[in-house]
Amino acid sequence: MNSLKIVVLAKQVPDTRNVGKNAMKEDGTVNRAALPAIFNPEDLNALEQALRLKDRFIGSTIQLLTMGPGRAADIIREGLFRGADGGVLLTDRKFAGADTLATSYALAQALRKMQPDVIIAGRQAIDGDTAQVGPQVAEKLRWPQVTYAEEIVSYDGKEMVVKRRLERGVETVAAALPLVITVHGSAPACRPRHAKQLMKYKHAKTLTEIQEAGADYYEELQNIDYLRIPEWGVTDVGGEEAQYGLSGSPTKVKKIENIVFQAKESKKLTAADTDIDDLMKELMANHTIG
Amino acid sequence: MNYYTDNKDIAFQLQHPLMRKIVELKEKNFADKGKYPHAFLDVDDALDSYDKVLAILGEICGDILAPHAEAIDHEGPQVVDGRVKYATHTQQNHDALTQAGLYGMSLPREYDGLNFTMVPYVMAAEIVSRADAGFANIWGLQDCAETIHEFASKEIKEEFLPRINKGDTCSMDLTEPDAGSDLQAVMLKAEWNEQKGMWLLNGVKRFITNGDAEIKLVLARSEEGTTDARGLSYFIYAKEWGGVRVRRIENKLGIKGSPTAELVFTNAPAKLVGERKLGLIKYVMSLMNGARLGVGAQSVGLSEGAYREALKYAHERMQFGKTIVNFPAVYEMLAVIKAKLQASRALLYETARFVDLYKAYGLITEDRKLTPEERSEQKNYQKLADAFTPLLKLFASEYANQNAYDSLQIHGGSGFMKDYPIERMYRDARILTIYEGTSQLQVVAAIRAVTTGAYLNRIREYEKMPLRAEHEQLRKVLITMAEQYEKAVEMVTDKNDGEQFDFHARRLVEMAGHIVMGYLLLLDAQRSDSFEHSAAVYITRGKVWNDERFNFIANFVPDHLGAYSVMKETKAE
Repeated sequence: MNSLKIVVLAKQVPDTRNVGKNAMKEDGTVNRAALPAIFNPEDLNALEQALRLKDRFIGSTIQLLTMGPGRAADIIREGLFRGADGGVLLTDRKFAGADTLATSYALAQALRKMQPDVIIAGRQAIDGDTAQVGPQVAEKLRWPQVTYAEEIVSYDGKEMVVKRRLERGVETVAAALPLVITVHGSAPACRPRHAKQLMKYKHAKTLTEIQEAGADYYEELQNIDYLRIPEWGVTDVGGEEAQYGLSGSPTKVKKIENIVFQAKESKKLTAADTDIDDLMKELMANHTIG
Repeated sequence: MNYYTDNKDIAFQLQHPLMRKIVELKEKNFADKGKYPHAFLDVDDALDSYDKVLAILGEICGDILAPHAEAIDHEGPQVVDGRVKYATHTQQNHDALTQAGLYGMSLPREYDGLNFTMVPYVMAAEIVSRADAGFANIWGLQDCAETIHEFASKEIKEEFLPRINKGDTCSMDLTEPDAGSDLQAVMLKAEWNEQKGMWLLNGVKRFITNGDAEIKLVLARSEEGTTDARGLSYFIYAKEWGGVRVRRIENKLGIKGSPTAELVFTNAPAKLVGERKLGLIKYVMSLMNGARLGVGAQSVGLSEGAYREALKYAHERMQFGKTIVNFPAVYEMLAVIKAKLQASRALLYETARFVDLYKAYGLITEDRKLTPEERSEQKNYQKLADAFTPLLKLFASEYANQNAYDSLQIHGGSGFMKDYPIERMYRDARILTIYEGTSQLQVVAAIRAVTTGAYLNRIREYEKMPLRAEHEQLRKVLITMAEQYEKAVEMVTDKNDGEQFDFHARRLVEMAGHIVMGYLLLLDAQRSDSFEHSAAVYITRGKVWNDERFNFIANFVPDHLGAYSVMKETKAE
């Protein structure tokens, strides 16, 4: 049957949706310590699309791929709790300071090793809002890409039909596998964590975590394969060292500005139809609505 | 929002000293370890898993169930072609909980359950109810699985139990038009059909919660010519077997999302659960105890919701230049709501622990004989569970109503409008003192523990518990209350008058309840500051409540009864 090898790209991000007053440091950068680390919301939409494919095409498997520091292993576990089969943590000091280009380089290297049929990612992460990593990964692999996906409509063994959510409507396209899909936040929310999956995988750990746990780790779990989260570094994924991390990142931050939104001048309208009509036209012209 | 992690009083109960023993017994030395990837490794691992799974449930309740509650209350279920169709959001709630694997929580792993003890299961019930007390019925009817597991044959267990975790819902079909509190009068007929190799059910059931469930437990008359409890047996029915039609659903005051159906059985095939003639006497009684614990949890959850709404409103609403929480009349109400809430929760988990302990010993007997010490422990806990369950149902449901009433009062005119959730909670609360046995019937069940001394014995046990010095004064109050209670029981029983005894029964049960909950709050206060104030409020008010009851009994002369019993002859025009 048309079983699929799926990789979901996921990122651990600071929860910028619930920003308190300590959210920014004085220099204008994000104070990651003050914000809880969460599964990037649109990556959860991506995971749900992957889980739906797995439900439909028996025998399919889902691996998560995330790049980040040791604590990003939480993202892999979170995915396992919701129905993924495994995951890889890309972690190495040499990855540090990566912009989107260096990130997609590292991810592409890992993906060559993982050899999926389809890669599904969130459209963008809430800490950067660039929406670049998914497309860059596709370009590096020289695979076709479908961005802004809302629903994977069908798959016949060769092609996937995908519905895209665009600003002015929807578009349905077909694309051949292997394929990269990035998923929009309007796609269905991810299913909840499953009680049994949680109890099964809560002990899944990276080697580093096992060493940190020391005597607190259940030794009897040491040889259970599915409880080991692999950590891959530069030596595991190969490639050119100069392309990784800071040295592989052409992005330079020139200036950071603190923007405070302020209410602009107000406008008075009468109840006349013409006034309302004009306002509607104006809002549509500047894309506030429509 | 996470309705588990935002309420430390619930997680506190997982840390109770008895929990370790409960988990050890239930897990039978962790025999499932290695057999199931989700089995616990040890007690700490189990408690950690309880905590984490409850956090999944808390998130679903806060993010999905609670925001749906208002729409469900307005839309309600419908009957379409003899079938019940849930409100749109009811179905979504159910699907989310099914996807999270939160059905069949207490079933053994071999039947796809989570093998949770009663305590975390009851916690889940409480949390679901806080989000939507009406939906809590649909979710809570997984209780039926407990009865199937305890009494049905292996074949029935294997056929039905794994369906629960996959999201098949249950109903327990007991009530009929002429058989409500008096279930001995059940008429629905069960006849053995040799050709089909099944029983066939014919008749009508009424007021059946979630009446169109996939799996039904039906109380029916299997012994032709009988008219009492001994002619009743218990049957299991699967929706796909056909023969049951939903005639109508009730238009109710509250819990509107929970469909209450009238059902017509026409040659509906069914299988016998357990033995013939034990339907009401044994199986329904056991199911009923579970259901009463469930209503206790539902009541505490609703109280929690009502308390939070009141607290929020009292801190927001400005009158006379300050928020209304600053007025003694308002903060007193809030403190009393909180004390009743925490008292009924303490009683809920004390009862759940007793149930857990005696049931866990029961499970062990499947594998081996109990030692004499274990047997006597089991008996002791069973007695305590029997004594505490009606007490819990009585108090938790009455307090939920009182709390919803006072919370609405704090909202003033706004509370009377549909704009705030308290209006729905107030209506939802009303059924709690009625179904699964009215408060009046809980007194009938609880009064035995008054006469046997079961409550007093337990109170004496609590009396011996070590307390911090600053709590000695409250203990003294409780000791006086116990002496007074003992005297009241003597006064009533000494009269040797059955009618008078029944007349005062509720007063005696309530006196015992106030003392028991006073102690439970005081004991919880030894381990957490969260109960300090409620212990003081509850015990000092409990003293006054008991004084009132005591004085009424002490000043009562037999002639007074006539002023009440005259109602027997007073007819409506």
